[in-house]
Amino acid sequence: MDAIFVFEQLLNGLGYGLMLFLIAAGLTLVFGIMDTMNLAHGSLYMAGAYVAARVHEASGAFALAVAVAVGVTVAIAAVVEFVVIRRLYRRDHLVQVLATFGIILIADDAVKAIWGVAPLLASTPAALAGPVDLFQGLPYPSYRLLLIGAGLAVALGLYLLVNKTRIGMLVRAGASNRQMAEHMGVRVGGVFAFVFALGAALAALAGALMAPISAVQIGMGEAILIPALVVIVIGGIGSVRGAFVAALLVGMVDTAGRAFLPPALRAVLPPSVAADLGPALAGIAMYVLMAAVLTLKPAGLFPARG
Amino acid sequence: MLEPTSQGASSAPGAAAAVTHARFPGLARRLPWLVLALLAAFPLLAPAFGLEYYVGFVRRVLIVAIAATSLNFILGYGGMAALGHAGFIGVGAYTVVALVEAGFSSAWLAWGSAALVAGLAAAAIGAVSLRTRGVYFIMITLAFAQMLYYLAVSLRTWGGDDGYGLYTPLELGAWLDGAHAQVFYWVVLVIAAAVFALFSRVAHSRYGHALRGIRDNEMRMVALGYPVYGLKLAGFVAAGAVAGLAGGLLASHNAFVSPSIMHWTQSALLLVMVMLGGAGRRWGAPLGVALWLTLEEVLKLYTDYWHWPLGLLLLLVVFHAPQGVAALLERRGGREGAR
Repeated sequence: MDAIFVFEQLLNGLGYGLMLFLIAAGLTLVFGIMDTMNLAHGSLYMAGAYVAARVHEASGAFALAVAVAVGVTVAIAAVVEFVVIRRLYRRDHLVQVLATFGIILIADDAVKAIWGVAPLLASTPAALAGPVDLFQGLPYPSYRLLLIGAGLAVALGLYLLVNKTRIGMLVRAGASNRQMAEHMGVRVGGVFAFVFALGAALAALAGALMAPISAVQIGMGEAILIPALVVIVIGGIGSVRGAFVAALLVGMVDTAGRAFLPPALRAVLPPSVAADLGPALAGIAMYVLMAAVLTLKPAGLFPARG
Repeated sequence: MLEPTSQGASSAPGAAAAVTHARFPGLARRLPWLVLALLAAFPLLAPAFGLEYYVGFVRRVLIVAIAATSLNFILGYGGMAALGHAGFIGVGAYTVVALVEAGFSSAWLAWGSAALVAGLAAAAIGAVSLRTRGVYFIMITLAFAQMLYYLAVSLRTWGGDDGYGLYTPLELGAWLDGAHAQVFYWVVLVIAAAVFALFSRVAHSRYGHALRGIRDNEMRMVALGYPVYGLKLAGFVAAGAVAGLAGGLLASHNAFVSPSIMHWTQSALLLVMVMLGGAGRRWGAPLGVALWLTLEEVLKLYTDYWHWPLGLLLLLVVFHAPQGVAALLERRGGREGAR
C-alpha cells in the first residue's frame, strides 16, 4: 500500500461522496421542508441513469444525454408530485413510506417494461475514456475527474442558490420553521413543487453521471437510497451544508473501508478470519459512523431546525 | 379465507362489534376458531381440489404472519416504527444454520434458540435505538439491520452471499416425524395461532394499555410514573424474539437461508404488509400478509409485471383506507349494523 494507492482511493471516495451529495441534497430538502419521507427518490436516480444511457447510446453525445435525462426526470417528477406527493405533505411519515414504496414498485415495473430486465451497459464518453496523469506516476481515469468537477460545481451552485437568492431564502425559511414561513406569507405550494423538481434534477444528474461507472439496472435506486438516507441523517435532516459534509464523510469512510480495511486486517489477523471480517466491516463502516454520530448528536451534525 | 377473517375483524371493541354481537350472538367469538379449523383442515382437503401446491404457500403465509404480528405489536400498539424487523428474522434463520452446522438436529432446540438469540439481539439493538425518536428511530433500526445483513454476506462458513442449504429436515421428535407428510404445516399453524392469541391477549392487558398510552402520549406516561423506556424495550425484545422464531421456521420452510431474507426491502415489505392490513388492529397483520402474498401469487400466474398493481394498491390504501384493510372492514360492518 503506497502513497499513490492511498491518494487514488481518496479521490475515488471524493467522487462517490459528491455523487451521494447530489442525491442526498434533494432528499434532505424534500424531507426538511416538506416533512416528507420520499423513498422513491432512488427511482428518480434510476430514471436519470436509464435515460442518459439510452440517449448516449443512440446519439453519441454525452452532454446531450445528461441534459435529456435531467429534463425527462424533472418532467416525471412534476407529474408524480402533482398526482401523489402533493397529497402526502401533511400525512404521517409511515403513510408516506407506504405510498412512496408503492411508487418504487410501479417505477421498477415501468423500467422493466420499457428497457427490459437485463442491465444496460453505459459507456463512458469517448473523449474521456482514457486516463490522465495527475502528476508523475499517477494516472487517474479522466471520467472520474469529470465526476468530481461536476459534483463540486453543482455543490457550489446549490450553495449560491440556497444562500444568495430569494427562492433560496424561502427554502431555508421553510426548512427551519415551515409554519412560521407560512404565516409570513410564503406560498409554500410553489416552493414545495420547486424543491421537489430541484431534487429530481439533482438525482437525475447523479444517475446520468454514475451510469458509466456503475450497473444501470432495476433496483439501483433502492441500493443508493440507503446510503443517501444515512447521509441526510448524519448531516441533520433539512441541512444542505450538513448533507455536503456528511456525503463526503460517508463517501470517504465507505471507499476507505473497502480499500484499506481488508489489507489492514490481513496484517494483524489469521487470513481465514480476515477474509470473512474485512468485507463485513467495510460494508458496516458507514452505519457505525451513523450510529456514532446519532449517539453524540441525536439530530445530526448540522441540525436545520433550531 | 379472507372472507371469514373479515367478519372476525368486527370483533374488535367498538360500536360495530357490539352490533355484530347483537345480530350474530357468539359469531364474532367463534370466528377465530372457525378460521383455525379451516386452516387445520386445509392440507387434508387440498388434494381433493388439486391444490397441494398451495399447502406450502399457506405455510409461508402463516410464517410471515407470525413475524408481521410481532411487528404489528410494536408498531401498532407501541408506536415504534422499526424498519429493521427482517434483521431479527435473519438472526433466527442463521441461528438455525449455526446449530445445524454444529451438528444439532432437533427442531425445537433450533427454533427455541432462534427466538432466544433474536431476543438478545433485539435487547442490544433496542437499548440503543429506543433512545432516538421518530425518523431517527426508523433510520437507526434500519442501520442495525443493514449491519446484520453485511455480517451475513461476509460469513463464508455459513454460505456468505450464496446462502446455506439445509439438506436434511430438522427432527420434530419421536412420533411427529413421518406421522404425515404435512406435519410441519400443522406445527407452524399451532405456533402461529399461539403467537396470534398471545399478542391479542397482551394487547388488551394492563401492559398493552400502557404501551398504547406511550404511543399516544409518551410525555404524559412519563409524568404518570410509568417506566416508559423499560416498557418499550420489553415490547421490542418480545417482538424481536418472535420474529426470530419466524426466521427459524422460515429456514426450515425454505430449507435454505441467504442474506437476502434480511435485506432492507424485506423489512420495508413487512412494514407495508402490516400497514396494508391495519397497524394496531387485531387482525391487521394476518390480513395484510394474506392479502399481499395472495395477490403476489395470483398476479405472478398471469404476468411478469406483478409489482405495479401492488404499488397501485398501496396508493389506493393510502388515499382511501389509511387505517388499513381491517379498519375498512370494521367500518363497513358498522354501517351494515346501523341500517
